Amino acid sequence: MSAHAKNDHDHGGLEQPLVGHLVPISVLVWTALALLFLTAATVAVRYVDAGQFNMVIALGIAVIKATLVALFFMHLRWDKPFNQLVFFGCIAFVVLLIALTVLDTGQYAPTVFDGNPDDVQAALDANAPEAPITLKTGVSSPD
Amino acid sequence: MTAIDANSNPPSDSPDHDHGHGGHESENPFQAHHFDTPDQQFESAKLGMWLFLGTEILFFGALFALYTILRANDPEVFSYASQYLDTILGGVNTAVLILSSLTMAMAVHFAQRSKKTLMLICLWLTLLGAIGFLVIKYFEYEHKFHVNLKWGPGFYMPVDEQEATVVGDDGTVLSVVQEDELAVAKETAKLAAEAEESLPAFVDPLIGAVPPVDATTVAPAAIGPGGISAVKPVEKIAADRAAEGHVEHSDKPHLEDQDLPVNTHRFFAIYYAMTGLHGIHVVVGIVMILWLIVKGMKGHFDRRHYAPVDLGGLYWHIVDLVWIFLFPLFYLIH
Amino acid sequence: MTTIDTANKSDIADMPAAGAQGPVDNYLTWTKGAISWIFTLDHKRIGVMYLAGVLISFLIGGLFALIVRTELIAPGATIIEPSTYNLFFTLHGAVMVFLVIIPSIPASLGNFVLPIMLGAKDVAFPRLNLFSFHLWIIGAIFVVLSLLLGGFDTGWTFYTPYSTTTETGGVVPVLFGVFILGFSSIFTGLNFVVTVHKMRPPGMTWFRMPLFLWAIYSTALIQILATPVLAITLMLVGIERAFQIGIFDPAMGGDPVLFQHFFWFYSHPAVYIMILPAMGIISDLIAVHSHRHIFGYRFIAYSSVAIAIFSFLVWGHHMFTSGQSALLNTIFSAITFSVAVPSAIKIFNWLATLYKGSIALNTPMLYALGFIFLFTIGGLTGLYLGTLNTDVHLHDTYFVVAHFHYVMMGSALIGFIGGLHHWWPKMFGRMYNEKLGIIAFTLVFIGFNVTFFTQFMLGSKGMPRRYYDYQPEFEIYHFISTIGSYVMAAGFFLTAYYLLASLFSGKKAPANPWGGRSLEWQCTSPPPHDNFKTTPTVGDCYDFSVVRWSDEEDGYVIDRSKDPEIAPSSAHSGH
Ligand SMILES: [Cu+2]
Repeated sequence: MSAHAKNDHDHGGLEQPLVGHLVPISVLVWTALALLFLTAATVAVRYVDAGQFNMVIALGIAVIKATLVALFFMHLRWDKPFNQLVFFGCIAFVVLLIALTVLDTGQYAPTVFDGNPDDVQAALDANAPEAPITLKTGVSSPD
Repeated sequence: MTAIDANSNPPSDSPDHDHGHGGHESENPFQAHHFDTPDQQFESAKLGMWLFLGTEILFFGALFALYTILRANDPEVFSYASQYLDTILGGVNTAVLILSSLTMAMAVHFAQRSKKTLMLICLWLTLLGAIGFLVIKYFEYEHKFHVNLKWGPGFYMPVDEQEATVVGDDGTVLSVVQEDELAVAKETAKLAAEAEESLPAFVDPLIGAVPPVDATTVAPAAIGPGGISAVKPVEKIAADRAAEGHVEHSDKPHLEDQDLPVNTHRFFAIYYAMTGLHGIHVVVGIVMILWLIVKGMKGHFDRRHYAPVDLGGLYWHIVDLVWIFLFPLFYLIH
Repeated sequence: MTTIDTANKSDIADMPAAGAQGPVDNYLTWTKGAISWIFTLDHKRIGVMYLAGVLISFLIGGLFALIVRTELIAPGATIIEPSTYNLFFTLHGAVMVFLVIIPSIPASLGNFVLPIMLGAKDVAFPRLNLFSFHLWIIGAIFVVLSLLLGGFDTGWTFYTPYSTTTETGGVVPVLFGVFILGFSSIFTGLNFVVTVHKMRPPGMTWFRMPLFLWAIYSTALIQILATPVLAITLMLVGIERAFQIGIFDPAMGGDPVLFQHFFWFYSHPAVYIMILPAMGIISDLIAVHSHRHIFGYRFIAYSSVAIAIFSFLVWGHHMFTSGQSALLNTIFSAITFSVAVPSAIKIFNWLATLYKGSIALNTPMLYALGFIFLFTIGGLTGLYLGTLNTDVHLHDTYFVVAHFHYVMMGSALIGFIGGLHHWWPKMFGRMYNEKLGIIAFTLVFIGFNVTFFTQFMLGSKGMPRRYYDYQPEFEIYHFISTIGSYVMAAGFFLTAYYLLASLFSGKKAPANPWGGRSLEWQCTSPPPHDNFKTTPTVGDCYDFSVVRWSDEEDGYVIDRSKDPEIAPSSAHSGH
């Protein structure tokens, strides 16, 4: 780069940053309003019984909200492609960790002893003898 | 650790640092000598911050993985235990964090335009939001501790005897429960001790070190903020708890609940682990915002040099982003 | 103007000579006093301090290993108690992994060489670099503290539920220490990724970087992606130990297999944090010391990145016998084989580079050749362990011990020692005694194979790892193995002797003693404080046709007139 680099960036005048991208206030405010609306919506949905879909809706709204934060508050929409890759790549690795561990624990879960461990059960029996939380029967069959 | 990093990470944040490799070649006083252009310096700082945020994502990611596994294998625990969390408080906290994220983004905007006063106002508002979040969080935690919605074996401790018995600073017993309850408590303690002895591999400081049902000694935490004045008869405590109405499903302690699923204590383990780690990040964020305010008041930031505000903003947004997932995962389980 | 010309002043008569303004400054003598070192921002000094820390830790970890081997020389009690034995093999593993091998190449050699190879004045974040060194020191202090508090006998893997219930008092401090060391590693990796991305000089495209940089870059990606998971996992183990939260401890309904998942999600990639930089060193050593253009540059570069990504998909091969489900066993076993492909690509390219090269059999080159030999054995025996049914027999035997010592010590550490010899003249401006170097290498190489090849036999006959006592039929193997470890130790002590001696009485090193072509050989030895006054322009760093010997310099020089890309007219247009 040449010594004129500074001048190259100065065309915007004193109201503009020397480097980087300026996001208008209106965009930020609209983003926040959308986030607040989605928050209200997701709280409202919690009181509706949609069965399995409750979690899907809640997480779907969370993903939308997170995307809004990343794209607008964090300027990712205007950022370098590699920074975007870092962000989404890291999420991909989290998904990898979750996917394989959940897959595995789901596979071996049926072979794990069911019920409270003996010590916890003893504490329960002592502290809350009337509570019907008893040790279930050993290993359940892997069906 | 993260605080120091978030603050000292950008090489650009100190225009006068003494790297000592010789004079500055650029006319920009904020440019570190080992960069050729402001652009290169800014892009480097930004990439560095994004990589750091990537490590944060994986840091929390392991806990999200843990959450998914626990929930996938014990779904009934989650739908049961989430009733103990206050959806409204959680929702308010979400809104508080979103608004503080907005003011942070606006602070960056004004820093980029050299609007010092507006930037500082936005930073103060962000700080307010951060502190507000922690205050609400404190009340949530405080209530759960009160009723033994804790991690580990503490979850299985009975609540009433702890609250009904208060020991003064000099060790004298100021109030004890009624005779018959005392007997029950002692019997319970004996049983717990036996259970512990029968399983030597299970070293348990909570059951072992603080016999919670021993009526003569009580952990200081149980005394509560009111100290001596908090002494109340058992009935009054129960009535108060019912009146508070935080627990939607029952006014009884969780241990007496007929529907308590096995392994419910693990829900609270992951709840405290995730919200606690998030809370630590909020504390770090508060320190960082304070630092930005101090530097900002000294006039260190303007349109040529706003990277610290920008990077601090990125950190604050990731804290918000994590909470955006924690909220539905814990508070919005139907 | 001063630095890059020193190597070739004989060729450019019209340029001012280097020594014109008096003695050349160098980073070692730039400022004086301990404070100027402890709080330096100079990547070279930080690299040297890391080097000192790593070598001291290597000495300590090595002494622990010798104690363990001596105990095992005969069945029954020999020199220490069983419980002490448990402490020593654990400490050996933890120190070697977390304090020696992981930081060895990236943090010490990488820190020193990376910015110079890029023609940069420093890494992107000098203060973060210093901060990660301080974190390393703090982490090391915690490891020492755990020793004082009674040590820990969990094995370096901290498997639950043993690690949450063992009586030894040093578990929590060492967990915290490793947590901190993890962040040191993360920040180093972060710094390197940004430096490679943003600080490359004009003319150095991605595919003109020395292969060492590709390796360091891939390593840094793993450090950033994997280490946070280890940090949080160890934190949870500490919390589990203190509060019985029921995450990993089965006594509270926790899942110990889950701990192994999280642990190996980091620790398998960590194997590549250890081996990838060594592979990068070997790529450069092979090319420079056989004076031949590296064969298959792009294949080696891409295979580094491929290994980094594959490394995240195979962690379950450590858990075949620990309760992992049959489905995941099959998946992980299958993917594990795929890692062999990029590793083999590297081996073949190195061998092709050697073919018809003019090989100089000096110490660094011997270590490079030793690496190829040992890594081939280490890698191939890994296939036995990656195969489900053979692993059931070999799991937790000395076969595993031998395998990972071939990879972690025979490859990663040998690569480190080779690189150390390669860059030693550059770092300290002194040549070491070449004859002693060759003798020491021979001792290390023979001692290593005697020690660990024997252990393959022990393991396949069923000797379990980490055992204090054993059946009489294993005695002869253990005896041979222990003798081998003494030979190896002799080699390392000899190395320490002649390297230290060279600092005081070594011949002054020329700028380019080996005939290297990358940028670090174009500044003086030791380099000046600023590395380069002007950003140098780079050519093909593996084109050795322009490198020739100069009696006047007593080293190699680059004949610029032969290379159109760096002809004098364009050499200083960088800024
Ligand atoms: Cu592995």
